Amino acid sequence: MVDMESTPESWARYTPQQRLQRFLIYLFSIAAIVWALTSIDVIWAWVWDSPEQMGDLFGRMIPPDTTNLGTILWVLLETVNIATIATAVAVVVSLPVAYIAAQNTTPNIATLWLGRFILVSSRSVNTIIWALLFVAIFGPGIVAGILAIMFRSIGFIGKLLGEAIEEIDRRPVEALEATGASRMKVILYAIVPQVMPVFWSVSILRWDINLRESTVLGLVGAGGIGLILQGAIDTFNWQEAATVLLAILALVIIGEFVAMALRRRII
Amino acid sequence: MSDYPETWRKPPMIANPLLRYGLALAILVYVVWAISMLPIDWARVSEGITRAQRIFSGAFPPSFERSGLLIKGFSESLKIAILATVGGVLLSIPIAFMAARNLAPMPIYLLGRAIIIVARSFHPVIVAIVFVKAVGFGPFAGVLTLIVYSIGFVAKMLAERIEEIDWGQVEAMRAAGAGYLATLYYAVFPQIMPRQIGLSIYQLDSNLRASAVVGIVGAGGIGSTLANAFGRYDYDFALAITMVIVGVILISEAISGQIRKRLW
Amino acid sequence: MLKISKLVKRYGNGDPVLKDLDLTVESESIVAIIGASGAGKSTLLRCINRLVEPTAGKIDLNGVDLTALRGAQLRHARRRIGMIFQGFNLVDRLTVMENVQSGRLGYIPLWRAVMRRYPKQDIRRAYELMERVGIAHYANKRADALSGGERQRVGVVRALMQEPEILLADEPTASLDPKTSEQIMELLRSLSREFSLPVLINIHNVAEAKTYADRIVGMRYGRIIFDAEPDALDAAAMDEIYAGTPAEERAEAGAAETLQAQTA
Repeated sequence: MVDMESTPESWARYTPQQRLQRFLIYLFSIAAIVWALTSIDVIWAWVWDSPEQMGDLFGRMIPPDTTNLGTILWVLLETVNIATIATAVAVVVSLPVAYIAAQNTTPNIATLWLGRFILVSSRSVNTIIWALLFVAIFGPGIVAGILAIMFRSIGFIGKLLGEAIEEIDRRPVEALEATGASRMKVILYAIVPQVMPVFWSVSILRWDINLRESTVLGLVGAGGIGLILQGAIDTFNWQEAATVLLAILALVIIGEFVAMALRRRII
Repeated sequence: MSDYPETWRKPPMIANPLLRYGLALAILVYVVWAISMLPIDWARVSEGITRAQRIFSGAFPPSFERSGLLIKGFSESLKIAILATVGGVLLSIPIAFMAARNLAPMPIYLLGRAIIIVARSFHPVIVAIVFVKAVGFGPFAGVLTLIVYSIGFVAKMLAERIEEIDWGQVEAMRAAGAGYLATLYYAVFPQIMPRQIGLSIYQLDSNLRASAVVGIVGAGGIGSTLANAFGRYDYDFALAITMVIVGVILISEAISGQIRKRLW
Repeated sequence: MLKISKLVKRYGNGDPVLKDLDLTVESESIVAIIGASGAGKSTLLRCINRLVEPTAGKIDLNGVDLTALRGAQLRHARRRIGMIFQGFNLVDRLTVMENVQSGRLGYIPLWRAVMRRYPKQDIRRAYELMERVGIAHYANKRADALSGGERQRVGVVRALMQEPEILLADEPTASLDPKTSEQIMELLRSLSREFSLPVLINIHNVAEAKTYADRIVGMRYGRIIFDAEPDALDAAAMDEIYAGTPAEERAEAGAAETLQAQTA
């Protein structure tokens, strides 16, 4: 029989300390939101007006204008080429970077830090910012775009590849060292085969991402479909802009399917 | 002794030789064609070296003179990121439920998936220029852009989590006679909550990164400051901004990584 | 002939793992090294081919002091020492032939290694040895497609490809089932006779050691405390080697019957 006197009649999920902690987190979150809402530099009338504006804009996009479809598709192909070439070059360049940035293969501590420095600086600067820089150097055009995508990709591929090198099974390496093989041969026979699957999947993944990134390069003057989109928007040719947007959507979806198919075939 | 073979070839990855050489040839042709079709103005590129020298000599040392502008830009980026995360996560929850095959009826499922695919496919910069044209320059366009960006990621991941939930808990609630909302609240939410919080923190971090970029096309925040500095050839200020962006990104990545590690 | 004298290995500042160890192995014999885990068996083996760097002492293999070698000289010395591992240590994603040929890496030029163009006599020898151990039909299979016993055979062939003057085997049968491990031990014994090779085997299973070895060396706390023919290994000697180790480990080592014999 349960003793009714000592059975608690109230129940709470959290201890008082937990409740205090949760309360403080809520308070902090709400304070942050309130701070952001009240101090952000927007004209609220425009905000309330925005649904109408958006509706108006999308209204003007219909029906999409396909008179320039040929050009659009051709430039889209050029965009794919930018992504593909840049990814291919980045993959090759990232190999030595990954090699010196992995703790177990890097020759010495100086090269390790050099490798890490390259990875961090490449990864933390966005493709668009790289593009701004290269447009300033090489002038508007495709070269700036390819370089921008390349520079950003090196960090991405190099980091994941370097981690893969650090996580390999040490035992085959030990076995090949025991046969008297030189450093280079140990890398070729014991490390490279183990890293291969990661290498392919990271390259494909980055190509897929680069396809998306290459569509915006044109907005800062670095070539590709973005240029046409910018032109259409600047001239308020919303119907053509709609065609470009749909073409980009199709490209990205097709790219995702291709990447998926490649991944399944290779790995 | 001599009856053992003396040659050995590694079995090729593609067994059919026609396909193998055909594929190799196709790749070669593509590479040559792709490189040759690129409209590259070599004269212009070769000038790049001198221009690079000018830019880098102009950029060093980085100038923090207008740090007021820098701080203002960053706090705007932070506000954009916070509001976009809140808006994006709130909108992601219903969209994720729509896009979860085990909970939503077919037409709603397809609609949910379509929203996610569209949100994911467009780079935030493209979304940003459309919003900039629709609602004008400034942080509001940035917030809207990053809401779309957040939906593309958070709703997708959350929908996948919902599809993986333990269905037994839902059945238990239904067996106890709970209604639809009560079932959601007691059997589904507890299962997806940890992932949802993790995703939100991750998204805040990635919105902060993205806000530096969408600003370049006029959607407010530090990106606008950077684009202006570049436009005015203030390379020393641009370098200072870039350095601070890199620093902030590294810090926020570390913080969000720490929080998520503790949550999971 | 392998002659180890006054070998010391110390990790950091701790107690030495090997303490002034002396051991001489004449040609064409199987020497089994037994002892509880932590006795220093594995370290001893790895000191011989310098996978582990000895702290002090001399290791002399057919007139060459291995402890004095550096760089290319060390690699040349390692070519003459074959090693077989507990976990086989194959490269899973390479074919059996490539794994076998990796035993020749110390001999062939780099371009041959890269292009997989192995010398004719190496290929013939590989087929010969693979036929000898019964895996020739797997030459083009990936190493991870093989069973444990087959994988260890690949490991044995890889070591023999080096044309070694001595074989080191570190718990070669510990990852195999009893029947397969008997086959591998049998194989090692007959190969030792065939190529007149001294073979040093670290082994956990005392019953196997007694069956297949010509000589048994018992280690305890970094010292050799027993060194005689298998028949001389009696209950008293077993007890000394394994004193103070948990009963499970003794049972695993096949020491259970001796323990029972003693109490009876």
